Amino acid sequence: MPDFSLPAASRRSVLRGIGGAAVLGAGIPLLSACGSSTGSSDSKTVTLGSNASDAVPKKAFASVYADFKKTSGVTVKVNTKDHNTFQEQINSYLQGTPDDVFNWFAGYRMQFFAAKKLATPIDDVWAKIGDNFPDAMKKLSKGEDGKYYFVPLTTYPWAIFYRKSVFTAKGYTVPTTWDQLVALCKQMKKDGLVPIAFGDKDQWPAMGTFDQINFRLNGYDFHKALMAGTESWTDPKVKAVFDHWSELLPYHQEGFMGRTWQDAAQGIVSKKSGMYLLGSFVAQQFTNKADLDDLDFFAFPEINSAYGQDTVEAPTDGFMVSKAPKNHDGVVKLMEYLGSPAAEELYLKTDPSVVAASSKASTAAYSPLQKKAFDMIGAAKSLTQFMDRDSRPDFTSTVMQPGLQKFLQNPKGVDSLLSSIERQKKTIFASS
Amino acid sequence: MISETTTTSPEAEAVPPPGPAPAKKRVPKGAKRLLTRRDRITLAFMAGVPTVLHVALVWVTALASIALAFTSWDGIGFDSIKWVGLDNFKQLFSDNPQFWPALEHNVIWFVVLIVLPTPFGLFLAVQLDKNIRFSRVYQTAFFLPVVMSLAVTGFVWQLIYNPDTGLINSLIGANKPGHYIDWIGDPKLNLWAVLIAASWRHAGYMMILYLAGLKGVDPSLREASALDGANEWQTFKNVIFPTLRPTNTVVLVVTIIESLRAFDLVFVFNKGAQGTELLSILITNNIIGESSRIGYGSAIAVVLLVISLAVIIPYLIATFRKERRA
Repeated sequence: MPDFSLPAASRRSVLRGIGGAAVLGAGIPLLSACGSSTGSSDSKTVTLGSNASDAVPKKAFASVYADFKKTSGVTVKVNTKDHNTFQEQINSYLQGTPDDVFNWFAGYRMQFFAAKKLATPIDDVWAKIGDNFPDAMKKLSKGEDGKYYFVPLTTYPWAIFYRKSVFTAKGYTVPTTWDQLVALCKQMKKDGLVPIAFGDKDQWPAMGTFDQINFRLNGYDFHKALMAGTESWTDPKVKAVFDHWSELLPYHQEGFMGRTWQDAAQGIVSKKSGMYLLGSFVAQQFTNKADLDDLDFFAFPEINSAYGQDTVEAPTDGFMVSKAPKNHDGVVKLMEYLGSPAAEELYLKTDPSVVAASSKASTAAYSPLQKKAFDMIGAAKSLTQFMDRDSRPDFTSTVMQPGLQKFLQNPKGVDSLLSSIERQKKTIFASS
Repeated sequence: MISETTTTSPEAEAVPPPGPAPAKKRVPKGAKRLLTRRDRITLAFMAGVPTVLHVALVWVTALASIALAFTSWDGIGFDSIKWVGLDNFKQLFSDNPQFWPALEHNVIWFVVLIVLPTPFGLFLAVQLDKNIRFSRVYQTAFFLPVVMSLAVTGFVWQLIYNPDTGLINSLIGANKPGHYIDWIGDPKLNLWAVLIAASWRHAGYMMILYLAGLKGVDPSLREASALDGANEWQTFKNVIFPTLRPTNTVVLVVTIIESLRAFDLVFVFNKGAQGTELLSILITNNIIGESSRIGYGSAIAVVLLVISLAVIIPYLIATFRKERRA
């Protein structure tokens, strides 16, 4: 059982090995809580590796699994790990003795592990649940080989958030084109507001801005190809994205390099900032019910009429099956259940910050904000997942995050920055 | 003269005197009789287990990461390891926009630590060595930052530097549009901001080292210099400081190590964003986490290893030479 011989004897496996030795030596079942292989061989249990370490999602998932047990008699044994740790250890986790089913993200980040044969295709599950999902979701759930590997559960949109009361008081209208957006920024600045709230301390929010401008300007197909490494970053089309961004940059909140998104969101809460481009999780920062009801959003304005507003950035979370599940029948049952509208509705009852991935799930219990998000995602022609989910994580974390920060510091140095990104991209995408 | 004796003495030893040879043979026999079978097994375990652990955890891993530096590997299965020769290093030196700044920041880190907090720590130690009142309280206060985890230190300083709600900007009114001072994000400022935090901690560390050194100074030396009519500064400069030589060596080594392994403070502070890149953070970003560019990250680790060796080997040579002379 000790994995000392396995690749790189990751910290986790070494610890587990040492822990195992301790168990043998002392006869105390020290690790019974985190052992992932014990007790899963019987047909009444499915093990599940979860990244839902936050209180609300954890509780929401627990209610879903409890309901699944009631209907099917199969127990879901959840092994929860801290959200970021789970993500960082995913490589060694999937190579070791993973749980039967695990939480993961749709898109490129799912396809990567599917292509590495670390996941099991689940076409049999999709034969039953296929009707529950719109085409855009189906596209997100398939690997590069065309097989299904993923069952989506929830999703949320990125958009520009604002306060209805601020817009009414100042007589602003929602901008639908780039020129209107720039004009609105100018007006807000004149009115003493910070036009666009922004905080990039965590390095990922800037990627959201890039995504929006890129697929509005160059379209979904180009964006996807650029993320997948096939289009060149030195393409004039990419340069144009940064030119547009530079035009908007003077209207962004100052001091953004040292500000977290939570602090930037406070500007919207206190009505000092006019707009904020972020995911709908920004609503978590609105603790006052009246403020939350005042929050609204609109899709990023059209830049190129050929593409309009047809793409929505909607990161989708769901489930995958590991390479060798111990209880295959139980896994199929669980995945079919998780792909049902009932499971999604149950989840959303506890966690209303996201919306259902299925188009069949009832929207009756949605807040106006959720309803709008759901409609926006449902009407989208294409869905993107966010730069670090649509591209190789090694590329986005070691090249794009520092690269975009460099641009924000020095917008004039775009040309040398883009050729540097392109050089680094080539070596990373060539590496496997 | 000295060099002559040192060069001749090994030669003299190399020629075995004919007389004691049989006596030498007898000694091990006696030693064998002293050790029972159980003793020998115990000894083998006591020497063997640490050796195995040391070889496995230090040498094998170090050599493995050197080997990996010449490969490309995503960490998934051994068969995906590809030999790429010097490619990783070529990319690192020519294409990585973060590498040279990181190296520079590590050097700045060392220079600042040795120039500012180290003399200050010495100053504090000299003051506290005078048995002033509440000496213990001061010692504790200055040493407290060292006891705290660097992650905690980073977190606290990050709150102080926060551009919107931080202590500094609130006090000087720099959190309004047009007056922003972005301590954490501005690449011209953030390294210095984080170095203040590092110095704050390092001064306490140096103080304790020097305080221990000062306690070891023979009081009769002070008395003698006082009798000779030396004032306080002269005593320190000509008598005390030269006797602190061994402490100074330790201080130098500790400071070099601190500056090479600087990581936690910056990682908590701003994750090594532009302006605060460090070699250790580049390694982490490339190897740990989903990115898993293990070969490339190992190449950076090898660079760090080479730098460490370049510093440590001359130090070891000097130490051994001194020992041989003694």
